[in-house]
Amino acid sequence: MAQRGIREYHGKKLLSKYLKENPQWSLSYPGEVALITPQVSLDDAQGENPWIKETPLVVKPDMLFGKRGKYGLILLNATFEEAKQWINERMGKEIEVGKVKGVLTHFLVEPFVPHEKEYYVAIKTEETGDKIYFSYEGGIEIEENWEKVQEFFVPVLKNIEDVTINLENENIVRFIQMLHHFFVDYDFTYLEINPFSVNGLNIVPIDLVARLDDTAFFKDSEKWGDIEFPTPFGRSFTKEEELVRQLDEKSGASLKLTILNPEGRVWLMVAGGGASVIYADTIVDLGYGNELGNYGEYSGDPSEEETYQYAKAILEVMTKTKDPRGKILIIGGGIANFTDVAKTFKGIIRAIKEYQDKLKENNVRIFVRRGGPNYQEGLTSMRRLGEETGIPIEVYGPELHMTKVVKMSLGGEK
Amino acid sequence: MKLFEKNTQAIIFGRQGKVAQNMLDFDFISKREIPSVVCFVSPDRPGFERLFFGNKEMLFPVYKTLAQATKKYPQATVMINFAPSRFVYQTTLDAINTENIKTIVIVAEGVPERETRILSSLAKEKGKVIIGPATVGGVIAGKLKIGNAGGTIENIISSKLYRAGSVGLVTKSGGMLNEMFNIIARNSDGVYEGIAVGGDRYPCSSLVDHLLRLEEIPEIKFLVMLGEVGGLEEYKVVEALRQGQIKKPLIAWVTGTCSKIFPTEVQFGHAGARAGNSKETADNKNKELKEAGAVVPDSFDDLPDLVKKTYEELKSNGIIQEIEEFTPPRLPMDYDTLMKQGLIRKHAQFINTIADERGELNYSGVPITKIIEEKHSIGYAIGLLWLQKKLPEYATEFIELLITLFADHGPCVSGAHNTMVAARAGKDLISSITSGLLTMGPRYGAAQEEAGRYYLWARENGLTPQQAVDNAKKQGIPLPGFGHKIKSTKNIDWREKILIDFVRKNFPKTEYLDYCLEMEKITTKVSDKLIFNIGGISGALWLDLLKSLGYTDEEVKEFVEEGILTSINVLARIIGYIGHHLEQNRLKENLYRVPYDDVLYSLPKEEDL
Repeated sequence: MAQRGIREYHGKKLLSKYLKENPQWSLSYPGEVALITPQVSLDDAQGENPWIKETPLVVKPDMLFGKRGKYGLILLNATFEEAKQWINERMGKEIEVGKVKGVLTHFLVEPFVPHEKEYYVAIKTEETGDKIYFSYEGGIEIEENWEKVQEFFVPVLKNIEDVTINLENENIVRFIQMLHHFFVDYDFTYLEINPFSVNGLNIVPIDLVARLDDTAFFKDSEKWGDIEFPTPFGRSFTKEEELVRQLDEKSGASLKLTILNPEGRVWLMVAGGGASVIYADTIVDLGYGNELGNYGEYSGDPSEEETYQYAKAILEVMTKTKDPRGKILIIGGGIANFTDVAKTFKGIIRAIKEYQDKLKENNVRIFVRRGGPNYQEGLTSMRRLGEETGIPIEVYGPELHMTKVVKMSLGGEK
Repeated sequence: MKLFEKNTQAIIFGRQGKVAQNMLDFDFISKREIPSVVCFVSPDRPGFERLFFGNKEMLFPVYKTLAQATKKYPQATVMINFAPSRFVYQTTLDAINTENIKTIVIVAEGVPERETRILSSLAKEKGKVIIGPATVGGVIAGKLKIGNAGGTIENIISSKLYRAGSVGLVTKSGGMLNEMFNIIARNSDGVYEGIAVGGDRYPCSSLVDHLLRLEEIPEIKFLVMLGEVGGLEEYKVVEALRQGQIKKPLIAWVTGTCSKIFPTEVQFGHAGARAGNSKETADNKNKELKEAGAVVPDSFDDLPDLVKKTYEELKSNGIIQEIEEFTPPRLPMDYDTLMKQGLIRKHAQFINTIADERGELNYSGVPITKIIEEKHSIGYAIGLLWLQKKLPEYATEFIELLITLFADHGPCVSGAHNTMVAARAGKDLISSITSGLLTMGPRYGAAQEEAGRYYLWARENGLTPQQAVDNAKKQGIPLPGFGHKIKSTKNIDWREKILIDFVRKNFPKTEYLDYCLEMEKITTKVSDKLIFNIGGISGALWLDLLKSLGYTDEEVKEFVEEGILTSINVLARIIGYIGHHLEQNRLKENLYRVPYDDVLYSLPKEEDL
């Protein structure tokens, strides 16, 4: 996966942890933040966070979406009781952010710190180094004031100390240097604090957005501690998507499924990360995007059992609602490098046999196109499956251009 | 710059014998003179790999370190790194720091981005090229197949990858590489070189790096690129087109045009394929590539037509010449492949009819779950494995009775003694009990063998008990199964009584027992020590058991020939020997030496010799 967003709560906790473990920076941030969830109420959080009852509070949803102020989702300078009521009113409620609807489940609570100056800092990765953005004028207007943003570049083979950071405020320079070390040490791929303020050697990160490189888990798991990679806001998983996610996590192979339109007419069961995108593209390019039921892929030589489970998940969703025009299942793929086509097809065939009645009720037509190790055997089994079950199945190998089945199935050419 | 020539050789990191075999098969049908693989590096499993180069079987060393490999094979300029993601950084760093390795291919997915970027920068400083991470590699037609790229040998032949064509290909996706080889082979004279840069966000060498390299290879007449939604790499290609650095015709397509219909952020199969902003979308990339002068289809569906069109134009302009085709040599088929396809057959080396572990374990066809469900015990299992018969209860009870009675006979007998001596000499369990077992024979522990055979012979030849006794005397041998050092008619062996009582009560047939007891009547008249002993009894009773189970005399004889008479004794005695071995260890007994006074030293004088 690589780059994955983390909660503001975890970002701030990591920053505080880093500063505690690296006193040489002489910078401090106590990391007073609490995460309120359906399981942990504000009352529950008090035990570990005595400040909750003693200081005025800030409350905001912590669910990987920004512009919370704009949506009226920030409570400032609140008492404990006010915060509690505010959270209670919103917990479990569906809201709309941009075009996305989702249910609020996580809130961040921290002390309200009055401040004067609001600065902006962000670090992102580029191919040859890290780009640092800084502005004396941070806050929600940052995009409007982008011309005031200064940029610094740290090549991957250099330290930030090798780069001149020409800013008047020494503490801010030190803060930026620290932040870059933190960024490198913890394998961030994106870190933005907008705004933050500095009070002597005390840092006040007001709003923080961060992404970590989850492939670095093997070396950073201890540093990261109990980290969580939430799914993007509004993205909840259907039963079948969840099932495939679990299959994927357990497997050395790759299995992905995203339901785009449960009532869609065209469904994809495609092998390969590259090929799967191209099939979806072609359907969209031909103007059938709104008919597309899912995106997904299987690759990396999954076992027969894995493709069986995977195929079953797709067949289950696609046969839930009927369409008078019938439905189309494309079992597609390019020419595999090492995935055993016959073996992966065995699992798919087992699933189709199990669902044959439902598939017939739904008037499903199947189009197969695939190449690679043992593909002839795989294709022959697919043809036999058609004869045995009576489901219309058209089968092609590498002699047919990979995406031609899309046009054929959607009636464009035949 | 050509990274790969017809004699380029590679070191493979990781013990990827199967991959290397595919590379060598490619070499053979491409008529390479030397293998493209020289050796492997595997810190955990050094040794050798046996691989075929055509018909010839060769040994390829597996070294513990890359340093050893490069010292031995300085001519290898490529390292194909199959290390898992967590070891990619160090292993690739080692390769960058060698003198001779110029190109490194990183196969693993999931290398941390910072590590990749550091490797990438270091390699550039040293003028080396890294392909990957997260790539299948690539194929330089007729010259080198990197790792699994190109797929099976059938695919290599059908996509004509065994000889160079005129097309330079670069893709993000490794999975699409073969598909592109196929498309290009069907619509032109085929690929010259095709590289997958890998699906990561920061590949160590990018689409444009390879396009610029392929631009410089004169044999390549036009270029094909398959990009992907996410990242900004394709804009460097746009830039290169605008700057005039890419002059050869470039057919380009960026996949992921479907991302616009997705409501929330969907992560595609590849780590880099993720459209963060409008600049990273496939639509925008395709648009800018087209504006910069690339040939861009409306959809992937139309890509083959554009390849064909470009090829034919260049051919009619005389830029592309007709290439000389050759039929690649036939690759010898692997035994396993032919077997799987049912094209050849052979006799098996062994026959086995008693146990099958390939599915659920079964003994002579009876699944072990059934044996357990029906609450059968060891005697039943022995019946299935030794006689291939479902034994009736009296028979399994008899077998278990024998095991119980013969499990041990005290520490003083040869076998137990030897076991203890071996245990005390510090030998392991198996050595100690084997040392005990090796004493078993006609004089100790396996007398039933000789006895049973004698009774069988005597009855077969119609000897009366008297004649059987006399015959032994005539031959000058002790009557097998008779006589005991200690026991006598007055001091009976209780084991004998238990066995005889059991058999009398339960066996349908006791003809050998009756026969031997007749003989005993005769012998004990001579001496009360000439009793029918335990060896004789167990021999006779085995014969009676087999007869009781309904076997004919002929069949009984066969069982005896196979060696069944001693079987239970050996099995039972192991139980006792194990006990003696464990006990000597438990007691921490030290090495045993026979005391001097237990040996009579009586040596001749030298002058007497």
